[in-house]
Amino acid sequence: MIKVNNIFVYCEIEEGIVADVSLELLTKGRDLANQLKCELEAVAIGHDLKEIDKQIIPYGADKLYIADDERLVHYLTLPYSSILIKLFQQEKPQIALFGATTTGRDLGPRVSSALVSGLTADCTSLVIGDYEAPRTKKTYKNLLYQIRPAFGGNIIATIVNPDHRPQMATVREGVMKKQIVDKNYSGQVIQLNVNEYVNSTDFVVKIIERHIEANKIDIKKSPIIVAGGYGVGSKENFKLLYQLADVLGGEVGASRAAVDAGYVDHDRQVGQTGVTVRPKLYIACGISGQVQHRAGMEESVIIISINTDPSAPINAIADYVITGDVTEVIPKMIKYYKKNSK
Amino acid sequence: MRALKIIVLAKQVPDTRNVGKDAMKSDGTVNRAALPAIFNPEDLNALEQALQLKDKYEGTTVSIITMGPGRAADIIREGLFRGADNGFLLTDRAFAGSDTLATSYALSCAIKKLKPFDIIVSGRQAIDGDTAQVGPQVAEKLGIPQVTYAEEILSVEKNTVIIKRRLERGIEIVSAPMPILVTVNGTAPDCRVRNSKLLMKYKHAKTASELQNESEDYIKMQAGRKHLHIQEWNVTDVNADVEALGLSGSPTKVKKIENIVLKAKASKKLTASDKAIDNLIKELIGNHTIG
Repeated sequence: MIKVNNIFVYCEIEEGIVADVSLELLTKGRDLANQLKCELEAVAIGHDLKEIDKQIIPYGADKLYIADDERLVHYLTLPYSSILIKLFQQEKPQIALFGATTTGRDLGPRVSSALVSGLTADCTSLVIGDYEAPRTKKTYKNLLYQIRPAFGGNIIATIVNPDHRPQMATVREGVMKKQIVDKNYSGQVIQLNVNEYVNSTDFVVKIIERHIEANKIDIKKSPIIVAGGYGVGSKENFKLLYQLADVLGGEVGASRAAVDAGYVDHDRQVGQTGVTVRPKLYIACGISGQVQHRAGMEESVIIISINTDPSAPINAIADYVITGDVTEVIPKMIKYYKKNSK
Repeated sequence: MRALKIIVLAKQVPDTRNVGKDAMKSDGTVNRAALPAIFNPEDLNALEQALQLKDKYEGTTVSIITMGPGRAADIIREGLFRGADNGFLLTDRAFAGSDTLATSYALSCAIKKLKPFDIIVSGRQAIDGDTAQVGPQVAEKLGIPQVTYAEEILSVEKNTVIIKRRLERGIEIVSAPMPILVTVNGTAPDCRVRNSKLLMKYKHAKTASELQNESEDYIKMQAGRKHLHIQEWNVTDVNADVEALGLSGSPTKVKKIENIVLKAKASKKLTASDKAIDNLIKELIGNHTIG
C-alpha cells in the first residue's frame, strides 16, 4: 500500500481550549488537503483532553492524535518535541503547520532541526504550486509555497522546501480565517501511549511559577482602530489617539516602530509581528506603512492615513489621505465628530 | 557559586528598522547599500544578561561567536567594548546562502570548539529575518535544553539556572539544568554602553584578515598582545561538513523575491483644514462607518 503523506496541524491548548490560531490553521490545512487530495490530521498534547476532539474535528480533521499525560499539562519544549518528532517520523507528513506563538516558535524549530526539514516562520500566505530547481531543472509538483515578508518588510519572499519533509511553516494568529466544516464531521481519534514517545530526561526543565493572564487588550475585536506610528512623536502625543479612540468607540493600535520607541505596549502592535486586524475603520496616524505593518491591517474596510509626508507608503492603500500633523488633525476630528454626531 | 562559561551568539544585521527615504530606490525597491550594519538589537539584550552574570559570579567569562563576512568583526569589538572577554568570527564562503538550519549547524560546530560551556545566550530573533529559529535549532543540534523568550536570568545555583520568560499572556519562571541555551526578548534590560577603559584596551582588536591591510609596524605592535587577536574560524577549523552548509545544507529555498512596489488605490486627498475634516467626519457618519 502506498503511504499517503498528509497535512498535520499542531493544536495548541490552554486551559482546555484550543487556540484560535490552531483552528485557523485547521481551516487552511483542510483547504490545502482538498487541493492535494490528502487527509488533514491534528495533534493535541496536554492533560485532561477528553473532550478536545469536539473542538478540533469539526474543522475538518480526518484524524486526531492525542497525547494526554499529567506531566504534559503545560507546554514544555523537550517532551512536546519528542512526541512530534517521533510521530512525524512514523507518519511522514508532507506538510506540518504551527501557530507562530511563543509555543509554536519554540517547538517548530526544535522539531525541524531534529528532522532536518525546512521551516518558514510567520507566513502570511500558504499556496500550493510547482517549482523548478534553477540548477538541476528538476520539477517538483505541488509544493507548499510559504510566503512571508522579510528584510524588515521590504520584500516578500516565497520559500519552498523541495527535498525535505515535512514542509513546515508557522503562521500568526488572525492571518488565516477559521471556519467549521461540519459540526458532525467524522474523524478518527487516536490516543498515543505517551511513554512510547517521551524520555524521562525530557522533563529536566521545570516550571516553577506561572501567571497566565487573559489578554487585557484585544484590539482585534474592535471595529475601529486608531493606530499610531513613530511619526506620532511621543508617548504624550499618543494620548490624543486614546482620546479619539475613546470618542469613536475604538481601540488604539500601533506600528512596531512606535512600540520599539516605547510609546505604547506590545499588545497593541499591528502587523506581521503583532496582530492582524480587519476593522471597519483604520486610522493610521504618523505610520509610514512598511509592508509588515500593512500585512496586519490592509484588509480594513476603510483606511484613513494622517501623515505629514504626502508620499508615505501607507497612503497608497488609504481611502483618505490627510496631509498634516497628527497633533493638529486629531483634535479637529474629535471636535467635528462631537459636533456632527449629535 | 562557581565561575560560569558563557557564550553569546550575536549577528550583524542591516538596520531594517530605519528604512528611510534614501533606502528606497525610485522604483520602490530596497537599496540595501543604504542600510547601516548594526548589532542585532535582541543580541545586545542577550549580551547584557551574560554580563550581569559575569558581574555576579566571579571568574565568569563571556565569549562572543558571530558568523558573517569579515566586517562582522565589528560585532566582536562592540562586545569587547561592553565587557565580553573574547570573540570568534565564523567566516567562510561556504557559509553563504545558509538558511536557519544550516546556520544553526555551523554555529553548533563552532560552539563545540569551546566546550565545556554552561550557558549559551542569544537574542530571540534577528531583525533581518525575524524567524526566532536559530536559537532552538542550535540547542537541538547540541542536544541541550532551551529556554526561549527569556526576560531575565534570575540566578544560578549549583547546576541550575532560574529564568523568567515573557509569554503572550503572562510570565513563566522555569528552572533548567546547565548546559542550557537561552534566547532573550527585547523586553529584557538594555545592554550597558561601551566602557571607556575597555574601548581603549580593545580598539586595536583585529582579525588576521583585517591585519593584512595594516602597516608592518602595526602588525608587530598587535602581534605581541594576545588579547587583541580576534580569531577567525573557517569550515575546516570548526570541523563542519560542507554539504550541511550554504545552499546545499539548506532545506528551504527562496523561489521568488518580490520587492514591495506599492500600487496606489484611488484615495481622496485632504488637507488638515477644518472644512476638510468636518466634511470627512460627515461622510463617515453618513455611510455608517462611525457614529
